[in-house]
Amino acid sequence: MTESATNNSKSSAKGILLKIVRNQLFIPLAALLLLVLFNLFTDPGFFDIVLKPSSTGSLILSGNLITIIDNASELVILAIGMTLVTSASGGQDISVGATIAIAGSTVLRIVKTQASDIPGGKFAGIIIISFLLCVVVSAAFGAFNGALVAFFKIQPMVATLILFTAGRSIAAWINNNDNISINDNRFGYFGNFIPGIPVPTPVFITVICLIVIAVVLKLTNLRLYSQSVGINASSSRLNGINPKMIKLLTFVILGVCVAVCGFIKVSRTSSITYSVIANNIEMDAILAVALGGNNLGGGKFNLTASVIGAYVIQFLTTTLYKFKEIDSSSISAYKAVVVILLIIISSPYIRKRFDDLKNKRLAAKAQANVGKEAN
Amino acid sequence: MKKFVKMLVSSALVAAMAFGMCACNGGNGGATQAPTQAPAPTESATDAPADTTATGELIKVGIINNDPNESGYRTANDKDMKETFTKENGYEASFFYSLKNEDQIAAAQKFIQDEVDYLLISAAGTSGWDGVLEQAKKAGIKVILFDRTIDASEDLYEASIVSDMAKEGQQAVDWLASQGLSEYKILHIQGVMGSSAQIGRSGALNDKVKAEANWSIVKQQTAEWSEETAQQIVQAVIDSGEKFNVIYAENDNMAKGAVAALDKANISHGVGKDVIIIGFDCNSWALKELKAGNWNYDGQCNPFQAKYIDEIIKNGAKQKVVIMEEKGFDAKTITDDDVAKYGI
Repeated sequence: MTESATNNSKSSAKGILLKIVRNQLFIPLAALLLLVLFNLFTDPGFFDIVLKPSSTGSLILSGNLITIIDNASELVILAIGMTLVTSASGGQDISVGATIAIAGSTVLRIVKTQASDIPGGKFAGIIIISFLLCVVVSAAFGAFNGALVAFFKIQPMVATLILFTAGRSIAAWINNNDNISINDNRFGYFGNFIPGIPVPTPVFITVICLIVIAVVLKLTNLRLYSQSVGINASSSRLNGINPKMIKLLTFVILGVCVAVCGFIKVSRTSSITYSVIANNIEMDAILAVALGGNNLGGGKFNLTASVIGAYVIQFLTTTLYKFKEIDSSSISAYKAVVVILLIIISSPYIRKRFDDLKNKRLAAKAQANVGKEAN
Repeated sequence: MKKFVKMLVSSALVAAMAFGMCACNGGNGGATQAPTQAPAPTESATDAPADTTATGELIKVGIINNDPNESGYRTANDKDMKETFTKENGYEASFFYSLKNEDQIAAAQKFIQDEVDYLLISAAGTSGWDGVLEQAKKAGIKVILFDRTIDASEDLYEASIVSDMAKEGQQAVDWLASQGLSEYKILHIQGVMGSSAQIGRSGALNDKVKAEANWSIVKQQTAEWSEETAQQIVQAVIDSGEKFNVIYAENDNMAKGAVAALDKANISHGVGKDVIIIGFDCNSWALKELKAGNWNYDGQCNPFQAKYIDEIIKNGAKQKVVIMEEKGFDAKTITDDDVAKYGI
């Protein structure tokens, strides 16, 4: 296809354009651009970023853009794990919201026992212990989901339905259903700002997660293996890959992502409400994967596209919150309309039709050129 | 053989899960039902054996409630029930929990078969109860509704003990009006749209804003009882540069999220500060915030219906609908005793 485009010097510019349009990143980026333009048009001050003191006295950056990048953190981290799970198992984990509640509850279970005036070193120790424990717990729940999917061949959505329904009760049980509120200001650093650093901490955590996963994908065969398992599990088994282990592994990775999200979530408000924490986040995470143009049936994936998809969703949410005219009860409907449009445009089917159309036109043109030369 | 092992493992896994579900309810000491499970026989909360003749002098009550994990309100409500309907107070109580209406109705039928004396119901849904309540009436079982009303004829139940959410909202709005600000610019964070708490608490404020020239709503948005969403909404308003001096959040958690956003933006809040904070439900931690002067007002949503029910069972119902007394606390006048007594 590209050959036919480059063969023809006249349409080389068109060829590049085509290449861009056909790129998986195009749809989420275009959606992002559309939202940016829309906001710029309706409110020129939307992208203003100012440096001003917070209530703790240190300077912090604030503005819509910062808020979006900050609030999208959990979604971006989840999108990483969800993309891998989607790729390897050909299904989605719908229990992430509930397991975030479990992860957050685990963190608070450890932290709540400590007095608020303990010295910094000891406090750091407690945070590290609580975080590690929360990673272990989340990974275990991820492994539970993964085992059901990999060994018992249960549809991922059905397998994760168990924790989707039971997870929030488990989270409440971990803390005896107590209303917890941590008084130590330092606990809020991870979901808000560290004094003296003007950028929200979740942004750093997200960047670290992205770097880690990029390195892992670069240095290991995870990408190749999960894609091949997702495309054809039995032929990958014949080629020496263990599809069960790969599926299990992706669910465990998602579990670790969930642990990080849970930690950020409880740190944001220093408390937890078991029934509503990270409510419906699983749907947004799946949406991010779909918006990135990834095939929800498994196989090839593009992590960058999912991550941009996650930012698009948060951008949309914040944009809708900002509009005074939008009534509370109809906000979900507005979101749904935009999402439906984006999902349809980015669906593999439409993209393929789009490609076919372009190819046909190019082929016709090439034919015409051949005809001209012959004349 | 391999198949057999697989089956063994899977059944072990199922057993482990079932255990996990029981375990997660163990903390509440009751027979909470996970929504996926079919209605199972309810479990008696008392230690009394099945021998009912020996405990004949005890009043048998069957209590049907929502899942205590639902909210802090429900937890407090359930605890209150358990503390009131004890053997010492002359009751033999059985509990059933579900967030699903049909499960609750099935449990009510079971209680009728068990020949309880009273059926206490906090219904998950408003409809579908007529049939089972008629059965109860035929069997001579008295029904008392608490916390939530249902769409059924008033003859079918003895009394209904409820909160008046509209009154809660009205009390808060009246308090706000008494503050005498020259201008009210209100950021209104709503609960789940259509819930009775949301309708009642929003209604009073909306009416007042319509009636007064110097009251205006800067932003009205639902955060669906979630603190993080409330935080995002307030953040969005702050970023847009709009000014406000009141945050009217329809529960404590959303007020907390809103305050977190204010703290981030260095906007002062509380007694004598830039922004007035109003919350509802009277969680202990919220009342402590109130006591510390970080918030201004917290409206009670009374979960303690048990003593009203106890009164009705022992002395008869004086009226069909009993509206509970509910307080509103001002940060300036709240005492440590209030925090201890009314915090949930």
